[in-house]
Amino acid sequence: MSANQIAISYLVASVLFILALKDLSHPRTARRGNLFGIVGMAMAVATTLVITKRIDIPLGMMAAGGIIGIIIANRVQMTQMPELVAAMHSLVGLAAVMIAVAILNDPIAFNVVYPIPRGNRVELFIGTVVGAITFSGSVVAFGKLAGLGRYGRIFSSAPVTYPAQHWINLALALVMIYYGVLFVNEIPGQQWPAFMYMTGIAFLLGVLIIIPIGGADMPVVISMLNSYSGWAAAGIGFSLNNSMLIIAGSLVGSSGAILSYIMCRAMNRSFFSVILGGFGGAEGTVAKGAAQTTVKSGSPEDVAFLLGNAESVIIVPGYGLAVGRAQHAVKEMAEKLTAKGVSVRYAIHPVAGRMPGHMNVLLAEAEVPYDQVVEMEDINSDFGSTDVAFVLGANDVVNPLAEQPGSPIYGMPILEAHKARTVLVNKRSMAAGYAGIDNPLFYMDRTMMVFGDAKKVVEEIVKALD
Amino acid sequence: MTGAVDPVIINVTVFVLAVFVGYQVVWNVTPALHTPLMSVTNAISSVIMVGAILAAGAGSSGPGGILGAIAVGLVAINTFGGFMVTHRMLAMFRKKDEARRK
Repeated sequence: MSANQIAISYLVASVLFILALKDLSHPRTARRGNLFGIVGMAMAVATTLVITKRIDIPLGMMAAGGIIGIIIANRVQMTQMPELVAAMHSLVGLAAVMIAVAILNDPIAFNVVYPIPRGNRVELFIGTVVGAITFSGSVVAFGKLAGLGRYGRIFSSAPVTYPAQHWINLALALVMIYYGVLFVNEIPGQQWPAFMYMTGIAFLLGVLIIIPIGGADMPVVISMLNSYSGWAAAGIGFSLNNSMLIIAGSLVGSSGAILSYIMCRAMNRSFFSVILGGFGGAEGTVAKGAAQTTVKSGSPEDVAFLLGNAESVIIVPGYGLAVGRAQHAVKEMAEKLTAKGVSVRYAIHPVAGRMPGHMNVLLAEAEVPYDQVVEMEDINSDFGSTDVAFVLGANDVVNPLAEQPGSPIYGMPILEAHKARTVLVNKRSMAAGYAGIDNPLFYMDRTMMVFGDAKKVVEEIVKALD
Repeated sequence: MTGAVDPVIINVTVFVLAVFVGYQVVWNVTPALHTPLMSVTNAISSVIMVGAILAAGAGSSGPGGILGAIAVGLVAINTFGGFMVTHRMLAMFRKKDEARRK
């Protein structure tokens, strides 16, 4: 293959990657999009194998990794998607560092000129550092998401904070950049010490910037690391003068950045306040300033009666629902109601679940048709004309305090469940949500609480509906 | 104003345009598919494997070749696993009538 043929082949692969993302605009076309991605990847890899001297080792390693990947992909539960994605980000980051080391070790093998030109060394610095931060940051994020807190405090879902934390990180970042500058300007052949120091510090920084971020902010963290893994790939693409790597990396990088932005907006928090951390994690504490003390509570049979006699019901699922594995029971309940002529829809807040779009996948897994699942902006205006809003395991995302100036969550977009004619809330206890504040929704006259494990409660409702 | 354009400038051109395309395309992704978006972008970023293959296949038995081989293996987990799990998720998204037909 001539260099031109290779470049054209890579170009086609790049276009296929763009089409893969474009087709995710609708569930109808999304599966075709995934196929485009697979074909693009196959082309990219096959083209590279053609121009490689030895293909036995790469093919062997690919088969080994591929088998592991397929096994994991088939076994993972949908509630574990955040962990899986975090783990995969770490692999991309680590691979970026390894490739950078290999380039520095033997530039000729990569068609990079020796001595490596200064411009390429700058790119190598960026790719390595971003890759290293992606790797160690994702490992910590994985630990936090997988609940490995008992194996070490850095994996605790509670924020790990200490004095002058951000100044220490800033100082480390400056030292890292100092070594990066040394690496770029060092005489060829003597670059290793500076390279090692900057990479080592980057690994350390990855850990330090993720530990202060609490469990509630994990959707932002995963999106951010998604973005980093893309930039790392683009950085390596720069070093190799490979347009396809740059394009693919940039697509991933901007995708992650947009998702981070969407998540921050949904929590009404600035990106910097999330990154600086120290928020959330104190889940389960009793709400502060609980002035109103009386709530109305009812039995699952009462709930079944109210639901069965409604014309329209909107279900508001929260992560508590997924943790309780109640999706299937909820879907059964919705089917029973639909059979009775009740219109049932689901309202999804952007941060329901632990990663962007997580709740949609969990509902899809329970075979809830996607045309019954509605995003916040599209359903909020309907609550006022809805008979029953049934809140299942959600708290902060339906807290009307968000509309009250002066409240800690003022300005956060919420699902306006409080506007429904009747509000039903299932919770395990009266504990506060991540934000640690009380929720006036629970004390309204039109609200009835039904306490207990989501799955058990819903199963009893299903029985009562018969 | 003569002479060849530095490859770095060409790379930057590609980069800027690709970010722009990414920005446009990703805003059009429906929020319901944000999790599959993440897993598929994950799989796509494993195209970094191209670099790892070059390192592993250079025929050198030095540290570069070994690191490259390990990197190919690690990233392959992402490639195969990422597309596979995306497929699994997307297969779950069904419309009301599709769900009934099953």
